[in-house]
Amino acid sequence: METIWFWLVACMLVAYVIFDGFDFGAGIVHFLVARTDAERCVVFSTIGPVWDGNEVWLLAAGGTLYFAFPALYASSFSGFYLPLMMVLWLLILRGVSIEFRNHVESPVWHPLWDAGFAIASALLAIFFGAALGNVVRGVPLDASGEFFLPLWTDWTPGQSPGILDWYTVLAGVTVLAVLALHGALWVALKTAGEIEVRARRVAGRVWWGVLVLMNLLTVASFRVQPRLQASFVARPWGWVFPFVAIAALLTAAVMNYRLRERAAFLASSLFLAAMLVSVAFGLYPCVLPSNGDPELSLTIANASAAPYGLRVGLVWFIPGMLLTAAYFVYAYRSFAGKVGVEERP
Amino acid sequence: MDALTIHRLHFAFTVTFHYLFPQLTMGLALLILILKTMALRTGNPHYASAARFWAKIFAINFAMGVVTGIPMEFQFGTNWSRFAKSAGGVIGQTLAMEGVFSFFLESSFLGAFLYGEKRLGPKAHWFTALLVFLGSWLSGFFIVATDAWMQHPTGYAIGAHGEMVLTSFWSLLLNPWLGWQYIHTMAGSVVTAGVAMAAVGAFYLLTGSHQEHGRTFVRLGVIAGILATVLMLFPSGDGQGRNIAWHQPVTLAAMEGLFTTEQGAPLAILGQPDMDRRRLDNPLVVPRALSFLTYQSWKAEVKGLDSFPPQNWPDSVPLVYYSYHIMVGLGTIFLAVLAIAAFRLWRGALYRSRPLLWLLMMMLPFPYIANTAGWITAEVGRQPWLIYGVMRTPAGVSAQVSSGNALFTLIGFLGIYTILSILFLFLVYREIEEGPERAAAV
Repeated sequence: METIWFWLVACMLVAYVIFDGFDFGAGIVHFLVARTDAERCVVFSTIGPVWDGNEVWLLAAGGTLYFAFPALYASSFSGFYLPLMMVLWLLILRGVSIEFRNHVESPVWHPLWDAGFAIASALLAIFFGAALGNVVRGVPLDASGEFFLPLWTDWTPGQSPGILDWYTVLAGVTVLAVLALHGALWVALKTAGEIEVRARRVAGRVWWGVLVLMNLLTVASFRVQPRLQASFVARPWGWVFPFVAIAALLTAAVMNYRLRERAAFLASSLFLAAMLVSVAFGLYPCVLPSNGDPELSLTIANASAAPYGLRVGLVWFIPGMLLTAAYFVYAYRSFAGKVGVEERP
Repeated sequence: MDALTIHRLHFAFTVTFHYLFPQLTMGLALLILILKTMALRTGNPHYASAARFWAKIFAINFAMGVVTGIPMEFQFGTNWSRFAKSAGGVIGQTLAMEGVFSFFLESSFLGAFLYGEKRLGPKAHWFTALLVFLGSWLSGFFIVATDAWMQHPTGYAIGAHGEMVLTSFWSLLLNPWLGWQYIHTMAGSVVTAGVAMAAVGAFYLLTGSHQEHGRTFVRLGVIAGILATVLMLFPSGDGQGRNIAWHQPVTLAAMEGLFTTEQGAPLAILGQPDMDRRRLDNPLVVPRALSFLTYQSWKAEVKGLDSFPPQNWPDSVPLVYYSYHIMVGLGTIFLAVLAIAAFRLWRGALYRSRPLLWLLMMMLPFPYIANTAGWITAEVGRQPWLIYGVMRTPAGVSAQVSSGNALFTLIGFLGIYTILSILFLFLVYREIEEGPERAAAV
């Protein structure tokens, strides 16, 4: 039962990264792909009707994580107190930038929110990347399953790490590049003309950065967290996930080069999913490793809610997710096709 | 200040600010649905443009509700991790259900509702308004269910490691505390939305602009407002009061400022609780009325604070007393003003009655105050318990988050929410000034 919920929560987080990931990506490449005010309006209208629904995946995944693994939620949210609060502030900035930008027609109003949108998106990508880095590296859990991390210590992933060290910064920068690629491919998919051409060019260049950073991060991850290697050695069929990720990344570049925007964006989504599943596979059954005594790690066994609650949850969760899938199909179908300069809301 | 106080202020400030927005949008979702229904039934484009105008106000408030709502979901873990860990097996259910069942519904169809009127046609567009309404009222249900469980925990057991374990899903969702509290909360939201609508309408009528829409807004706002106000008083307020008398008698004593147990207890209208002398200063009371209201008998005994050990009293009896009296006092004023307005509306004289329109316009902030005061009564009244009778508030805090770190983020939220407030008022004022006629269908 705990294993089922581990993978359900993982799937929700994957959905969050794929959906809100392109919103962040659009923000990161905002100033690179759109030169004029009208063009920036178009970038906003590629995510305007869907970003809020995308962000709900974070809330729903967070809520489901809380429901299934209360001890994990309590420990990690309080331990990562400072960066999470900053994530909240950035999410506020990102949200109001998107929602309030088009309310006032003024030469000072639009650039203000363009900048807010771009900065918040880029920083959020880095923060989420660093958060993932922290989870992979492990944290100094005590016997009651609690910890508190300062923002930085000596910048090395040793026994008394901070939120930021060279490894988590590398993870943050990698996720920035990965989401920039994802967002550029989304903008290319949803726009036409100049913006599409620029978005494709940005995607082509960022792709090389992703390739280099992903290799560095993968090597670093296996060194920082020995658990990963142990998992892949114990269950070698798991290698299929990193291989799918590599294939998807290559496909994204080829499809982008061949002007097949939809295939390129889907390949990028598959890449995100396969990478995250690889990480989850590598950590399983651990949900938050201890960086000291491995006995102190939070696992699906010691962090989960009681069996009755998990069973009842499955009864409402499955229909709930089917409904959600239906809403998303509806929302994205009614928003299909490219957005033009003239039909912005 | 010690860490506990800062963590409490942190939650109190962020949740109070957050609830300024959903309390309008939940009620407004209903009123917009009514306008859309009238548009569909009459085919009169006037109602469609009225709905469109309020949809814009709704959108700004909804965005504020979303961005200030995410911190609420995070704070259980960040600032109250020991509570989150202990209670997660139970309230994790309702919080996760809110995400899965209502947030996706609201957010998916709000886009279609705001940008799809032309493309969808009148019937499908009406349907999106219905779904947005359902989503926001479901969201309210799951949150009130969570709070009701903290007020009156049901359907749980204590597990092997001291954590709370859900034993009955249905007693969580059919908590006897939940029904009245939910109706009371949602009616309060309709009062806010109704008064806001009537106030904007009165503003238009008094300034001589957008007359036709002004009349519609005043009419719908007053009718919805009076019905919801009556519902707040009876049966939901009465039912809520009985729940408190039955399950939290010490909270009732604090709310009423009743220091000594009495047969034929008086109802305090005015007065200041004097915690040193344990009495009400400058009291203005209705003799025996509290006994009657609580137990339908003029002679019934009502337990005062002296019947309970002081460590079980709410830690700020005066705050509970004042917030409760502000809520009830304002509710009584709403009832009077809205009843007169409804009567004048029925006689066809409201639109010409400038003093009454002035009153309606000036009433705008007061439902917000009354709703906020009501929540303060409930949540400070629940103290010193985080989960009533089960977990004391100090036991639930994130012990590893120091006071300095908590103060840092509290100051951050104070600053950010100040800026948000200014932006919000600016944008809403612009929409009101622009008026409903210029809003074309998109």
